[in-house]
Amino acid sequence: MPSTRIRLWIAVVATLGLALVGCGGGGGQSADKAAQAKGPIKIWYSNNADEVKWGKAVVAAWNQAHADQQVTAEEIPAGKSSEEVIGASITAGNTPCLIFNTAPAAVPQFQKQGGLVALDSFSDGTSYIQERTGPRADQYKSPDGKFYQMPWKTNPVMIFYNKDVFAKAGLDTKNPPLKTYDEFLATSKTLVDKGGVKAAIWPAPSSEFYQSWFDFYPLFIAETGKQLVEGGQPQFNTPEGVSVGEFWKQMYSDGLAQREPYNGDSFGDKKAAMAIVGPWAIAVYGDKVKWGVAPIPTSSGKDPSQIQTFSDEKSSAMYSSCQNRATAWEFLKFATSQENDGKLLEMTGQMPMRNDVPTAFPAYFKSHPEYLLFAAQAARTVEVPNVPNSVEIWQTFRDAYTDAVIFGKADVKGAFDQAAEKVKTLAAES
Amino acid sequence: MAASAATTSRPPLTRRLLGRHPIGYLFVAPYVVFLFAIFAYPLGFAVYMSFYDYFFAAPGAIVERPFVGLDNYTTALADPVFHRAMLNVVIFIAINVPLTVLVGLILATALNTAIPFRTFFRASYFVPYVTASVAVIGVWLWLFNSDGLVNNLLGPLAPDPSWLVNSFWAMPIIALFATWKQLGFYVLLYLAALQNIPEELYEAAEVDGAGTVKRFTVVTLPGVRPTTTLVVITATITGANFFTEPYLLTGRGGPAGASVSPVLMMYTEGIEQGHAGFAAAIGVLLAIGVIVVSLVNRYLLERS
Repeated sequence: MPSTRIRLWIAVVATLGLALVGCGGGGGQSADKAAQAKGPIKIWYSNNADEVKWGKAVVAAWNQAHADQQVTAEEIPAGKSSEEVIGASITAGNTPCLIFNTAPAAVPQFQKQGGLVALDSFSDGTSYIQERTGPRADQYKSPDGKFYQMPWKTNPVMIFYNKDVFAKAGLDTKNPPLKTYDEFLATSKTLVDKGGVKAAIWPAPSSEFYQSWFDFYPLFIAETGKQLVEGGQPQFNTPEGVSVGEFWKQMYSDGLAQREPYNGDSFGDKKAAMAIVGPWAIAVYGDKVKWGVAPIPTSSGKDPSQIQTFSDEKSSAMYSSCQNRATAWEFLKFATSQENDGKLLEMTGQMPMRNDVPTAFPAYFKSHPEYLLFAAQAARTVEVPNVPNSVEIWQTFRDAYTDAVIFGKADVKGAFDQAAEKVKTLAAES
Repeated sequence: MAASAATTSRPPLTRRLLGRHPIGYLFVAPYVVFLFAIFAYPLGFAVYMSFYDYFFAAPGAIVERPFVGLDNYTTALADPVFHRAMLNVVIFIAINVPLTVLVGLILATALNTAIPFRTFFRASYFVPYVTASVAVIGVWLWLFNSDGLVNNLLGPLAPDPSWLVNSFWAMPIIALFATWKQLGFYVLLYLAALQNIPEELYEAAEVDGAGTVKRFTVVTLPGVRPTTTLVVITATITGANFFTEPYLLTGRGGPAGASVSPVLMMYTEGIEQGHAGFAAAIGVLLAIGVIVVSLVNRYLLERS
């Protein structure tokens, strides 16, 4: 039998433990009260240098006109990924009011965590989003029909190619033969054989859940115009999805894409002749690479004006720890106004998620014609599906893809079917 | 009367609670608080989480995290990825621990003798240990990629696919990297142990006719046995928790999951995918496994 002192200490420790556990809950104020409240707010933006400049300019303009509702802005804290940082911050209850770098794939998880504010809770929330973004806005609705994110900017991905390498390989540099899978494969072989590059294209072969957005998914969208999961049904194991998988499998097995990760920027270092990127690449590669842009290939060589692609969109979202939500909503509208969207385009080259970007900013595209192709493509983008367990669904697909396509260890159809079974279950969970 | 006498003779509550020297508690308090806050509470909470469909939520958010009993454990035990991860721990430990003990002891013995540039070598072996993994992994990626130095030296003998994307070689390379990275620390432990072995024992053995090898087996090995126990247990524990290597060296457990580790799995499941309860169950299973292996190690190494 334990001594009196031990028993007393057990009691003290147990009491302290219970007290500590009790500290975990509580806090927060009523959502209605917060929705009406105005006052100072904090926001985070991405640590991309151009976006930081844009963020600072927008915040300065707002603060000048709103002395009683000052906005404090910071770069999103460093972490393995922004999503991880935001997820941890939601748990800690110290998210800022707005984050201008919210990945749509992470929204279902943030929503499940109780970390997001439905923007429909503002009287003009739904109408503002729909008027600004048009029909594409529906892709950003959550399964409960609400908007927990505002589509903000997109980097529609296309094929970026190095004209010097194409010329060296004896290929047409203005209209390179990249329209169909057969053309793409033949061109890739010529590039590796004669262009002096190690790979025709070098998408990251690693297993992060999001890597499929820059290899499989753009081609899948171009082929089908569909999301990975629609109506709870996986779409990637359809004949079209499998044909995209087979195309990439051949790229890897023929050594036209590399199974090893490249420690750096394979396109910038001229180790690969092509890359799947968005308009941000124009500013990055600028004069360093003599580049050209081509649409994403399809099996039949579709008309480029009909081809859709992955949006690589980032949303802005309001987080539930925000106490002055009325100010946050007004600031969100201010930051996504036509004027500030124009500034975003000018300062970053990224496309605002608003209707008809080329006609909304004609002066910009007159002076920057190289962005026009991306601007036209921006109107034809498809997003990741907004479904429960979104990240797990992407990881499940990625695991099957790396196994069957990149490393060729399994049959593509079989691996995709197996992944589809699991994805169906995951998408059905609430 | 007797009961009353017993009551009156009892010391006051503060004395009963704090003993005769309460100042002692003040001295141990910082470490007790540290242990409770950093180790005991999170460990207890992880065990609690593992019995729930737990996920991290915003403070005050009304969310459902139902009790699921042993579901997380049965799911983990039936998951082929978990099987692979545990097998990888076994492969890792099977390569890392004997290699650490063997090479660590040999190097420490060499560094304990009067060789030229001894201080330089002692510092050199310690450099990888104090260098950030991210930096040295960059060097290893360069060494072991298909166009890297190792393959250039091996020529036609180089494996295809290359080391880090080869499902057979990925784990041995990871174990080799971890051994090389940690070796400096273990060499230091052995060096301290070797310097504690009395010189008279070697002299006595020499008088008895023992040669170099015999002196090593009858004097050095028994002399460093407690350190070997420490090295084996420490290397096993750190080895079972390997994460950075598959995360960075083989592109998150590649190729195709061949180098996945339980901690990497915990990260993807718990942090990326929001299944904290499942990740906690993996953590508890891993902890149990490590404790069992460490106890077996200790038993085998310390039995007389």
